[in-house]
Amino acid sequence: MALDRSDVKSIADLARLAISDENIDKYSTELSSILDLVEQMNAVNTDGVQPLAHPTDAVQRLRADVVTESNNREKYMANAPAQEEGLFLVPKVVE
Amino acid sequence: MEWEVVIGLEIHAQLATKSKIFSGSSTAFGADANTQASLVDLGLPGVLPVFNEEALAMAVKFGTAIDAEIGKVSVFDRKNYFYPDSPKGYQTTQLHHPIVGMGHIDIDLEDGTSRRINVTRAHLEEDAGKSLHEDFSGMSGIDLNRAGTPLIEIVSEPEIRNAKEAVAYFKKMHSIVTYLGICDGNLSQGSMRCDCNVSLRPKGQEEFGTRTEIKNVNSFRFVEQAINVEIERQRDILEDGGSITQETRLFDANKMETRSMRSKEVANDYRYFPCPDLLPVVIDDDYIEAIRKTLPELPDQKKQRLMDEQGLSEYDAGVLTASRELAAYFEDVAVKCSDYKLAANWVMGELSAALNKNEVEIADSPISADNLGSMIARIKDDTISGKGAKSVFQALWEQGKGDQKGDNVDALIESLGLKQVSDSGAIEGIVDDVLANNDGQVQNYINAEPEKRGKMIGFFVGQVMKASKGSANPGMVNKVLKEKLDAKC
Repeated sequence: MALDRSDVKSIADLARLAISDENIDKYSTELSSILDLVEQMNAVNTDGVQPLAHPTDAVQRLRADVVTESNNREKYMANAPAQEEGLFLVPKVVE
Repeated sequence: MEWEVVIGLEIHAQLATKSKIFSGSSTAFGADANTQASLVDLGLPGVLPVFNEEALAMAVKFGTAIDAEIGKVSVFDRKNYFYPDSPKGYQTTQLHHPIVGMGHIDIDLEDGTSRRINVTRAHLEEDAGKSLHEDFSGMSGIDLNRAGTPLIEIVSEPEIRNAKEAVAYFKKMHSIVTYLGICDGNLSQGSMRCDCNVSLRPKGQEEFGTRTEIKNVNSFRFVEQAINVEIERQRDILEDGGSITQETRLFDANKMETRSMRSKEVANDYRYFPCPDLLPVVIDDDYIEAIRKTLPELPDQKKQRLMDEQGLSEYDAGVLTASRELAAYFEDVAVKCSDYKLAANWVMGELSAALNKNEVEIADSPISADNLGSMIARIKDDTISGKGAKSVFQALWEQGKGDQKGDNVDALIESLGLKQVSDSGAIEGIVDDVLANNDGQVQNYINAEPEKRGKMIGFFVGQVMKASKGSANPGMVNKVLKEKLDAKC
């Protein structure tokens, strides 16, 4: 499966990755070959095989509905680049 | 052209757990910003979510209440998008294997009929945080207290045909989740929000028209208004020969319009995939049956019981069971006074009027169900008259507004001097006096034709009530007067 330049650009956009124009062709070749590799699995007959969400047979463990966390706001916000009145500040996001 | 409206609703209901869906942070409303956001909620590297068993139980409870298939294996997926109030860069939700499959509810329409609406599915997911766009030096503020609060998203089939039905559906869902106790139902705090999918198609056409989605409508009234203005907007476009753009819109209640939410139209690409941090959730029949056994009486069942066993009208039973709080209050009153009809009259009449007038919710009623029930019991046993009861009601209301608990009903009746005289000796004494002082009227009565005497007795009743300063039991006065007068004839 071949990805063209616009596919690569939109994938980069979705992943919020900045890529330089001169690398786009290289990425499209590399990503296409990864898809080709995965494509080979379509040759395998999977009739009667249950879809697998996880590689193990384990099932989800549950926790009791108990509040175990206390307020650590100051510690957790120590690395935030900007904050005010207990809020994380981010570039304006109004659509 | 005649158009048919097609509406489907997606309702988000916050589950009333103490802690979040995947972390041990509190879900309490109204805390200081970011004081209830743990490392898991903040999406920091190296943390693992662990699923809250109560969130699972509540979702299953909902599923059993709407008679739905329950997913014995449900799987969490990641819905990937970037927005700062979702710090992980994805929302954990359930795409292909939701916990609740196809079910249904019956909605109550204004003409008294009901209509079945199928529910496609309901899945578990986490809520996002809140973005505050006030001016923080040109930036947005992020509060992640709400991030990770458990939600069920309830998706209806596109079977709703007008705004009133949509409101009836939303109301019934609200009633069901609050009866179940799985959601506090507080619309103003955002505990329940509704996305409305609306499209039009020429009547008779099978294929759906292009739909728009009105996001995050948070009141019953707004659901009706938003859908109606969106129907108008789409109809205008279609009748002008235009076409509808599939998009997300916002309802503006001030301007009474919906408007497009996104400036540039990029098709959503959420790149769902199974969440590798969470294993499949597996439950068995025993688990489901154990939860089914804990189902409380639901609004439809309660309504039917009040009609069948207590003889209430369909209208009264419907009004009294619409909200869990009102139904509980009403039944407490009814049990206390052991008269469901009289209790219904007082709760739907005097009490509802007073609550509406003062904009008080039933849960904050200044008059307790116990007191109202005791008061009604005193009407029944003839301690007070219906008229006297209104004064007692007023006094209970006033004293209930204060901090003091106030007098109990009997003490209040005593202190207001509203106790009726039902002692036959005392009433006979007054009657005798009245008859002795109104000899002319008594003679008229005796001389009157028997069928006219019924009306004439009113004069004597009035005199006796006056003489007793309104405290005589009118029923007894009537009876004693009739006996004494008829004895003279």
